[in-house]
Amino acid sequence: MDNFEPRIVAFCCNWCSYAGADLAGTSRIQYSPNIRVIRVMCSGRVNPLFVLKALSIGADGVLILGCHPGDCHYLEGNYKTLRRIPLLKKMLKQLGIEEERVRLEWISASEGAKFAEVANNFTQTIKNLGPSSLGPFK
Amino acid sequence: MAKLKIALYWAASCGGCEIATLAIGDKILKLAEVADIVFWPVGMDFKYADVENMADKSVDVCLFNGAIRNEENEHMAKLLRAKSKIMIAYGSCAYEGCIPGLANFYNRQMIFDRAYIETPSTDNPEKIFPQTKVKVPEGELELPELYDTVKTLAQTVDVDYFIPGCPPEERTTWLALEALIEGKLPPKGTVISHSVKALCEECPRTREEKKVKKFYRPYEIIPDPEKCLLEQGFLCYGIATRGGCEALCPQANMPCTGCYGPVEGVVDQGAHFLSALSSIIDSNDPEEIQRIIDDIPDPAGTFYRYSLPDSLLRRARIK
Repeated sequence: MDNFEPRIVAFCCNWCSYAGADLAGTSRIQYSPNIRVIRVMCSGRVNPLFVLKALSIGADGVLILGCHPGDCHYLEGNYKTLRRIPLLKKMLKQLGIEEERVRLEWISASEGAKFAEVANNFTQTIKNLGPSSLGPFK
Repeated sequence: MAKLKIALYWAASCGGCEIATLAIGDKILKLAEVADIVFWPVGMDFKYADVENMADKSVDVCLFNGAIRNEENEHMAKLLRAKSKIMIAYGSCAYEGCIPGLANFYNRQMIFDRAYIETPSTDNPEKIFPQTKVKVPEGELELPELYDTVKTLAQTVDVDYFIPGCPPEERTTWLALEALIEGKLPPKGTVISHSVKALCEECPRTREEKKVKKFYRPYEIIPDPEKCLLEQGFLCYGIATRGGCEALCPQANMPCTGCYGPVEGVVDQGAHFLSALSSIIDSNDPEEIQRIIDDIPDPAGTFYRYSLPDSLLRRARIK
């Protein structure tokens, strides 16, 4: 599995993490190209359904990136995410999916370097885990 | 007018749907005036060969209950689809997989090991498992093959309508039968129920604010009979379940378990319940949140109690 290049979906909140990803780009920080960014207005917009959908159509990992607690543009959207993801992970584990394939991180608009670090680190985690072998169930 | 021809069949189901069909009470006489039953294994003596000998599309309506779990279920689903003009997935098993669908947390070998070896009441030192073919002095016997994965009816054949419920309530069954009798059928693919909205819409309990510090299982405390069950910390599935049953379980002081399936337009009922449920946890502290979540011992089995085969992931992955 040396040449395994994981497909990773990263849901980035519009106000912090997407700007953070933007900063990583404008600062010319190189990071793993495995990340596919999807911009959402808030990490609280990420229905667990989105994560299941991504996994069920072939994503090897899913990142949910939002504003730091207390910084949410909508005051408490990211708190909802903070409560959802642990329960989602617990459920995924029962369904035979490694919980490491889903990760929640807080990245502010000024943390371009952290975005790159999270992207690289998560890509490495997924590379170590191997392909999700999920894909559409037949 | 020629009488309608109706076929009823059960695949992987418990038989509750058959009783639900009869629960329409004296309306069954009205049904008998306008319809002939041409096939109904649980109630009348027909053979599969009788169905095979029918002309294609000669049956007006097939009420098919039960999930598709083995070769026989699949064969009958395909056969009845060919013979029927309208195919109705009757009840949660045919519609979403329901309780038999929980087998999708395991695979066939695990189920066989459990049923034929591990259960305490089983004595099977020779480790005999069901075979699809067995030679006996009289000849060869065949059994249908059990599948690894339970499927819904719509994952097997084209389905025209869905009737939700485990089992469907009398009023829901009659709503569909009345539409059939009067020839006023809704568009293809409709889930026939009195409501397209969440069950909470018709639940008489009082709702205030949803903030939960601890989840309870029904045996742990006696619920207040007036207050919203979810607000009391019970995993009441009403917020993610289609209405139409008139909130029978909540009215009997039991939380809704979600048998009427998702509300209109929703894919994956379990994910929506997870989303709604976790948002009302009353804490912003990761450790406390984890403690509250620990009150839910089996999230996947609870959230997908009726819909695992119909969910996005459809089954657990077994390594």
